[in-house]
Amino acid sequence: MNYELSHLKTLESESIHIIREVAAEFERPVLLFSGGKDSIVMLRLAEKAFWPAKIPFPVMHIDTGHNFEEVYEYRDRRVAELGIKLVVASVQDSIDSGKQVEQKGPRASRNQLQTMTLLDALEEHGFDAAFGGARRDEEKARSKERVYSFRDEFGQWDPKNQRPELWSLYNGRHLRGEHIRIFPLSNWTELDIWQYIAEDGIEVPNIYYAHEREVFERDGMLLAVTEFVTVMEGEKPETRTVRFRTVGDASCTGAVESDARTVQEVIDEVSATRVTERGATRADDRASEAAMEDRKRQGYF
Amino acid sequence: MSELLRFATAGSVDDGKSTLIGRLLFDSKSIFEDQMASVADASERMGLEGPNLALLTDGLRAEREQGITIDVAYRYFATPKRKFIIADTPGHVQYTRNMVTGASTADLAIVLIDARKGVLEQSRRHAFIASLLRIPHLVIAVNKMDLVDYSEDRFNEIVEEFGSFAAKLDISDLTFIPLSALNGDNVVGRSEHMTWFEGSSLLHHLETVHIASDRNLIDARFPVQCVLRPHTDEFHDYRGYAGRVASGVFRAGDEVMVLPSGFTTKIKRIETFDGAVDGAFAPMSVTLLLEDEIDISRGDMICRPQNQPTSAQDIDAMVCWLADETVLSAGSKLSIKHTTRTARAIVKDVKYRLDINSLHRDEAAETLQLNEMGRVSIRTTLPLFFDEYRRSRETGSFILIDEATNATVGAGMILGET
Ligand SMILES: Nc1nc2c(ncn2[C@@H]2O[C@H](COP(=O)(O)OP(=O)(O)O)[C@@H](O)[C@H]2O)c(=O)[nH]1
Ligand SMILES: [Mg+2]
Repeated sequence: MNYELSHLKTLESESIHIIREVAAEFERPVLLFSGGKDSIVMLRLAEKAFWPAKIPFPVMHIDTGHNFEEVYEYRDRRVAELGIKLVVASVQDSIDSGKQVEQKGPRASRNQLQTMTLLDALEEHGFDAAFGGARRDEEKARSKERVYSFRDEFGQWDPKNQRPELWSLYNGRHLRGEHIRIFPLSNWTELDIWQYIAEDGIEVPNIYYAHEREVFERDGMLLAVTEFVTVMEGEKPETRTVRFRTVGDASCTGAVESDARTVQEVIDEVSATRVTERGATRADDRASEAAMEDRKRQGYF
Repeated sequence: MSELLRFATAGSVDDGKSTLIGRLLFDSKSIFEDQMASVADASERMGLEGPNLALLTDGLRAEREQGITIDVAYRYFATPKRKFIIADTPGHVQYTRNMVTGASTADLAIVLIDARKGVLEQSRRHAFIASLLRIPHLVIAVNKMDLVDYSEDRFNEIVEEFGSFAAKLDISDLTFIPLSALNGDNVVGRSEHMTWFEGSSLLHHLETVHIASDRNLIDARFPVQCVLRPHTDEFHDYRGYAGRVASGVFRAGDEVMVLPSGFTTKIKRIETFDGAVDGAFAPMSVTLLLEDEIDISRGDMICRPQNQPTSAQDIDAMVCWLADETVLSAGSKLSIKHTTRTARAIVKDVKYRLDINSLHRDEAAETLQLNEMGRVSIRTTLPLFFDEYRRSRETGSFILIDEATNATVGAGMILGET
């Protein structure tokens, strides 16, 4: 034995340690699963953490209703394979019950509405820990996040008053009604995620690989033509070869032009890219400079 | 195979931390165009002349408004040799608790010193904290050499001044590098302006500093996180102990002892999802299967019969107090978390408070306030299985939690049994 661990194995081990700590110390953890590559990797790490036992907590999908079909299929297949429970909290239900109001206009998005659906669902099910797949390299407010991130009874994050977090000793104590967001992928980068997907042979929905799709340009992004967006005047839909770098609400997640049809080609593309994942693809972060911080304060993922 | 190196940057305000990080990220092509554009945009709105690279790491609204770093920010970059995690830590004394958060897991710390100003109180404090946390490698980056005409004499003065202070600290590996973060001298490549300097550039040092032997591969310690019992037909009698090796090496067939029970048995198999492994070493997360069925639960420690950690309830430790609303004093009752064990603790005595600048021990002190450090004796409700912090960061550290507010209020580094 040479006692060396690759950086991916080191990250994997750190994440598994975190996931096991949470399972051991919380009453009702839940893993937030979006069908995106980060939550797919997170779910795989949870599987590894408890194998050969089942993952001892359910997964929850905050469903905007605006997702690509491939993502739903993937979700259902994976959950069945693992034999774990899936909770779906639907933004549509929140709208139908009058708790939330759909945004209007061609730029309407359900991304913002997810926060309330998420917080309501956490409360309804009494979840006291929620695993999220956010990474610190994604965004400047996220780069400040702890692994265990305390949320008060309103689900709010207070970035100026975070708990110190030393060594690998995590403090998950909270009162009833409060909860902790857990970020086991804190130290992973987009490239690490793809290298891990390659090394581990993890399947991801095929919209992550280059394919032909009808898209149109808006605010410098390529949005897919779907039933969830209204193409405005002057916007010209055309078929291009694209792939998605992130998978979120279809109304605000952009595609990137790409010929990367295999994992290795995606790794090469990500290694060479000059634009961040969110910068390239997320309209929600473009609203203002502190858009992410503001949304996170309110309880967003 | 690329290794992971975690490093923390520290230093006084305006010594050039953010510029240095910006330069490392920029030269390793880890700053993206949209990030650069948003920094340029924000800088312009703030009325600055050029883009302020500090805005890359000062990500919070409050930090950008006040122009200071409040909490640690993590940044990532990679070269073909290594992958790096940078913890950019705040310099102000009131944010020390955030600094220790970023520094506690670092393999290396860079303390910046402004060549014009020399060694400041902050530089000493940060170097002291790095030594207390036992960050194995310390780099003193003497920055802004361009403003002192790249003077070898000035550099040597600072080396000497800092060296006499460092002699009082316990630092195992100390390196001085003269640089200009702004112009890039000695950051990535060797500087043409300082041919007198024979050492390597900062990046070269980061890529090559030997970290594999920093780990403790001697004292086998496995704190049990949870017990895996699948209850399926295929794995009917399966009982696996899940955890992460804290230090040392475990091999299939090894004789092991379980604390607190003291029972001994042998390791039957070491498993992971990806298959059985012959041996496990820190920081691998694995599952141990043992030959005999013995009662083991979370918080127990698996070790070797000939090499056991100290098991004690009366413990002396250096404690850094992290709370602003309460103080630590004799009689304080707290929750304590050590490895996977949680217990309650009562403070028996504050033996002394350390003046971080003079390293003077104030034995008359009876309390520790926010960001103060000192030697404290505690008694715990359960025995802890520990090693001295200097021997093992994993089994030598603990945190203290306020039972009323649930806040993390103290960080402890164990010195030994009282
Ligand atoms: N001349 C010169 N100026 C520098 C150098 N490094 C940083 N500075 C300047 O010093 C100021 C403070 O730098 P900054 O990186 O924000 O310091 P921080 O507070 O430690 O993050 C800025 O105006 C920098 O441009 C250097 O090597 N040479
Ligand atoms: Mg700074």
